[in-house]
Amino acid sequence: MAGAKVSKKTDSTAIIDPAKRAMLLAALYIAQEQKGYLTRDALHQVAKRLGLTDSEVYSTASFYTLFRMEPVGRYVIQVCEGLSCYLNDGAERVVEYVGAKLGIKPGETTSDGRFTLETVQCLASCGTAPAMRVNDQLYENLSPASIDDILERLMGEV
Amino acid sequence: MPQHEKVLLANVHRPNSEKISTYLRYGGYTALRKALKMSPEAIIAEVKASGLKGRGGAGFPTGAKWDFMPKDAPVKYLAVNTDEGEPGTFKDRLIVERDPHSILEGVIISAYAIGAHRAFVYIRGEFFLGVKRWIKAISDAYQHGYLGRNILGSGFDLDVSVHRGAGAYICGEETAMIESLEGKRGVPRAKPPYPAQSGLWGKPTLVQNVETLANIPHIVLRGAQWYSSIGTKESKGIKIFCVSGHVNCPGNYELPLGTRLKDIIYEHAGGVRMGRSIKAIIPGGASTPIISADRISTPMAFETLKAAGTALGTGAVIVMDETTDMVEVVRRITRFFVHESCGNCLPCRVGGKRMLEHLERLAAGTGTARDIDDLEYLAHGIYGRTFCPMGTGMAEPILSGLRLFRDEFEEKVKAV
Repeated sequence: MAGAKVSKKTDSTAIIDPAKRAMLLAALYIAQEQKGYLTRDALHQVAKRLGLTDSEVYSTASFYTLFRMEPVGRYVIQVCEGLSCYLNDGAERVVEYVGAKLGIKPGETTSDGRFTLETVQCLASCGTAPAMRVNDQLYENLSPASIDDILERLMGEV
Repeated sequence: MPQHEKVLLANVHRPNSEKISTYLRYGGYTALRKALKMSPEAIIAEVKASGLKGRGGAGFPTGAKWDFMPKDAPVKYLAVNTDEGEPGTFKDRLIVERDPHSILEGVIISAYAIGAHRAFVYIRGEFFLGVKRWIKAISDAYQHGYLGRNILGSGFDLDVSVHRGAGAYICGEETAMIESLEGKRGVPRAKPPYPAQSGLWGKPTLVQNVETLANIPHIVLRGAQWYSSIGTKESKGIKIFCVSGHVNCPGNYELPLGTRLKDIIYEHAGGVRMGRSIKAIIPGGASTPIISADRISTPMAFETLKAAGTALGTGAVIVMDETTDMVEVVRRITRFFVHESCGNCLPCRVGGKRMLEHLERLAAGTGTARDIDDLEYLAHGIYGRTFCPMGTGMAEPILSGLRLFRDEFEEKVKAV
């Protein structure tokens, strides 16, 4: 019966363990490591393990930009579009430069599934602008030459 | 140029500065030894007398904040704000990556003073190196007996853990951070109750910025009198100023509060590139009002910047030279805030989007005079009318930009 189901769900929400709930962001990071993004199944597994509903997990995950719901390339390039990067000839200029090299626009992934290009807000590298991140590595004081080096090195890695 | 003794950034340029051995070699954890022999009340009194105010943006007196923590509550928490995200600000990342023990020592002393036995470090998800440095510092501190049970034989226990955010500027707001630590969407809570009454899991919680905490060991070690002898009447002590934009030597500069903006830009940050003149300055991070070059003699202190119509904020100075397109500057900052709005309340969520649309049209040269009027109307409407300070922070650059550089906005319209 639908009514019984609803009340059962309400009960399970009422007994959410705060200590488990507090692990949600960490659990989502771990789940995301599997495929580079959060699949429906991954979200469901996280919900099950932490005693939460799928919608609670999805609602929380979708709030945070570092959790992805779509597949991405092996290397996610995040170019800072903040004010200090802009004032230092970075931001869109870096986006365009990287995009032209890889043949993709922001939000796109190369056809070989290797690179995804994204724009991000301030990376707290204003003193060493322009800046971008590739996966968990931060690159600062970017120039066309240093971007060439970074991309060539990543292309060489298999 | 007068030489200032480095206090907060004394270690960051040493080789292996992040290691506990380096920190100990240069006197690390001696303040903790001293603090554990003092009474918690005496430490709070010392911090109060030092005049230290929060370095995360709001500038609330630190000692008073500690005093708000109920003395008789059995469970209290300390939350460490490493969620640095205000555009222009890059000081906390430097301390966390290069001198994490200086913060951790401040954490332990603060927890002892307020009677908390559990501290939570919240750090921006993007700060991957910072996460690693925090974890390593905490684990080394455990090994040396600075954390855990019966710290240095004092009978005081403290456990600390690290929690990664996941890309949300709003989580730097203390109640949003608490929500995020609880594993929820980072939506700010209504205040009151303040975190000191009801914070993490409803328990009294002190939320403190990293730079603020890094000051604590020095205040304990050298005394409130020394600390309050630095700075101005209402802005005591030292501050890390993050200088970026069109300067020759961008970077973090540790200077006494009250140092003139002019001296920070010309004497410390090497002046403006290509000898150009300054058009505008953002003195305290993207949410503080823009000021024009004629304010350059203003001392960088809470009260003087307020009198100049702006704020010290995080101490992030963004310098813009005479060639800067101010409409584009305002558009870019607004885009940041619109992107980072948590969406909880309407003025910020919808008003922000509408303001950005006006700015996009103006920047693209397709705007009309009506866009300027509507933008100003919306910014006035949002100012002070949102659930958390983000809405006001969003309106500040627009209102100040229009006040100072309205002609540039009008030029964009004329060009059509």
